[in-house]
Amino acid sequence: MNLPEENASPPPPADHRNELTGLPGLRSWKHVYLFVFACFVLWVLLLLALTVSYS
Amino acid sequence: MNFLDFVVLIGSLVAIAAYGAWHTRRHRNLDHYLRGDESVGWLTIGISVAATQASAITFISTPGQGYESGLDFVQNYFGMPLALILIAAVFLPIYRRLNVYTAYEYLGRRFGARTRLLGAALFLLQRGLAAGITIYAPAIILSTVLGWNLGLTIVLSGLLVIVYTVAGGSQAVNLTQKWQMAVIFGGMLAAFAILLIKTPANLSDDFAIAGTFKKLNAVSFSLDPDRRYTFWSGLLGGFFLSLSYFGCDQSQVQRYLSGSSLRESRLGLMFNAVLKIPMQFFILFLGVMLFVFYQFEQPPIFFNQAAWHEAVQNDPGQKLQSIEQQFDTASARTTHDIREWLAARHTGNRAAAAIARAKARADEDGVIAIRAQAEKVMQQNDPGVKSNDADYVFVTFILNHLPHGLIGLLIAAFFAAALQSKSAELNALGATTTVDFYRHLFEREASDAHYVAASRWFTFFWGLVAIAFALFANLVENLIQAINIVGSVFYGVFLALFLVAFFVRRVSGKAVFWAALVAQSFVFILYFSLNISYLWYNLIGCAACVLLSMVIQLFLRPNTQAPEAGP
Repeated sequence: MNLPEENASPPPPADHRNELTGLPGLRSWKHVYLFVFACFVLWVLLLLALTVSYS
Repeated sequence: MNFLDFVVLIGSLVAIAAYGAWHTRRHRNLDHYLRGDESVGWLTIGISVAATQASAITFISTPGQGYESGLDFVQNYFGMPLALILIAAVFLPIYRRLNVYTAYEYLGRRFGARTRLLGAALFLLQRGLAAGITIYAPAIILSTVLGWNLGLTIVLSGLLVIVYTVAGGSQAVNLTQKWQMAVIFGGMLAAFAILLIKTPANLSDDFAIAGTFKKLNAVSFSLDPDRRYTFWSGLLGGFFLSLSYFGCDQSQVQRYLSGSSLRESRLGLMFNAVLKIPMQFFILFLGVMLFVFYQFEQPPIFFNQAAWHEAVQNDPGQKLQSIEQQFDTASARTTHDIREWLAARHTGNRAAAAIARAKARADEDGVIAIRAQAEKVMQQNDPGVKSNDADYVFVTFILNHLPHGLIGLLIAAFFAAALQSKSAELNALGATTTVDFYRHLFEREASDAHYVAASRWFTFFWGLVAIAFALFANLVENLIQAINIVGSVFYGVFLALFLVAFFVRRVSGKAVFWAALVAQSFVFILYFSLNISYLWYNLIGCAACVLLSMVIQLFLRPNTQAPEAGP
């Protein structure tokens, strides 16, 4: 079976606002991802502290 | 449950469904029906993504898991934030740039029509089979505990979700999920507050008791392969599982593609990346607190009392009654020793506290052994008896210890959880059938109104399939495990199609298509000839497909396809 690809709906116009996060203190997406990663590390450390404190 | 509970239960469920159906009843075009309107913000997307993942079993069974095994299950989610970052940074911009309705359209743009159909077929097969479970699993627990007719519970809850999902499409799913999550967390927080109030010890003692019985061991760096949940298995296994589920499964992709912009979709995913671990911690901790509560309150030997009473009646040697008496005595002794320990702890008598604490631990080991003995006798008498008693812990607490009205709210919360994940599944199944098969293969030039009508009919069809499957689900032994096995057998190759598409640009559609078929056959052969944990097939299928596609590509002409589709 060798099917042709259908015509796609036209892509939306480029929106430069998408590059902005709109978050105070976290201007680029790189900063947002670092913040999320830091939160993950913080949760793991808190859970580790709970484990160590009550084991 | 009394009249007030039924009013709260039926009122909240029907009101949310009617609200969703009414607000979204008019759809001008397919884009609006499948992706919602242009105003969906990041919070709605974030809640919708969380709601789709959190099924009724999450809220019924997870507290039971916390009661039985403590917090270690939370490690299962450690890979999820990292996977969501990768999806937000790489997958999502490509999906949005290509303006696709389904993730499998992207496979078509990158590799050609055959691979697109293969990806969509794998999704329909796997999600279509799992669809019945989303209704069946909570229905079997709630009908057992409440004494309702199982078939009627399945049909009524199934029809309710079909009505508003068919009527309102993606926007109705988003809208109703928001309110359903409000009901769920309202109910869970109320139950938690009452649990804290009813537990006689203070919070410091609660933590000490939970720690003594190893319920607060949340993180383990053990390398023991027999240990089910560790930091490493959660980080690696959870990463690949989350990547395939959030990045390639249409039931999730459709949720975040409904965002009004790339920014809203990204923030919706990041909302989940930040909050998923604390949310799972809270649900598991609720289970830990249930354990502490039942150290002061006599627990039943078997929380599924309907199954227990049936087993006692069918026990020819009357062994179970004698075991139950032993259990009651052992539980009372544990409570007594815990009280002694806490009294010594409060007076600062460390030596007495240590002795009483050791006694309480030994007592609890005895309680666990008696429970295991009871289960063994039940299995001997009736090998078909369901032994997953942890699923019934939270429901039993709700029915026996919460005030009327709140009982109705919590049961509504469980049904809301079933409906919210079910609606997203049906929505995705309908969209994939319409866009990737019907429009692509059979009806390419029809009007938008025609496709909206087709999408409604396909959603309705999948809803009926789910109900039918749920009604006959009890014919298959250990069904949930069977569905997980089916998922794991297909998910590895499924993920590999997308990983090759995103990250191995030189591989063509022809190479990946044949690699997927060979890898899937390889997984089938391994499945029928080896005896390893089915979770490994995710990794084996994925690695085999990625490697094979690169090897096959070496024997083909260089890839000249779809230059717009690479990252």
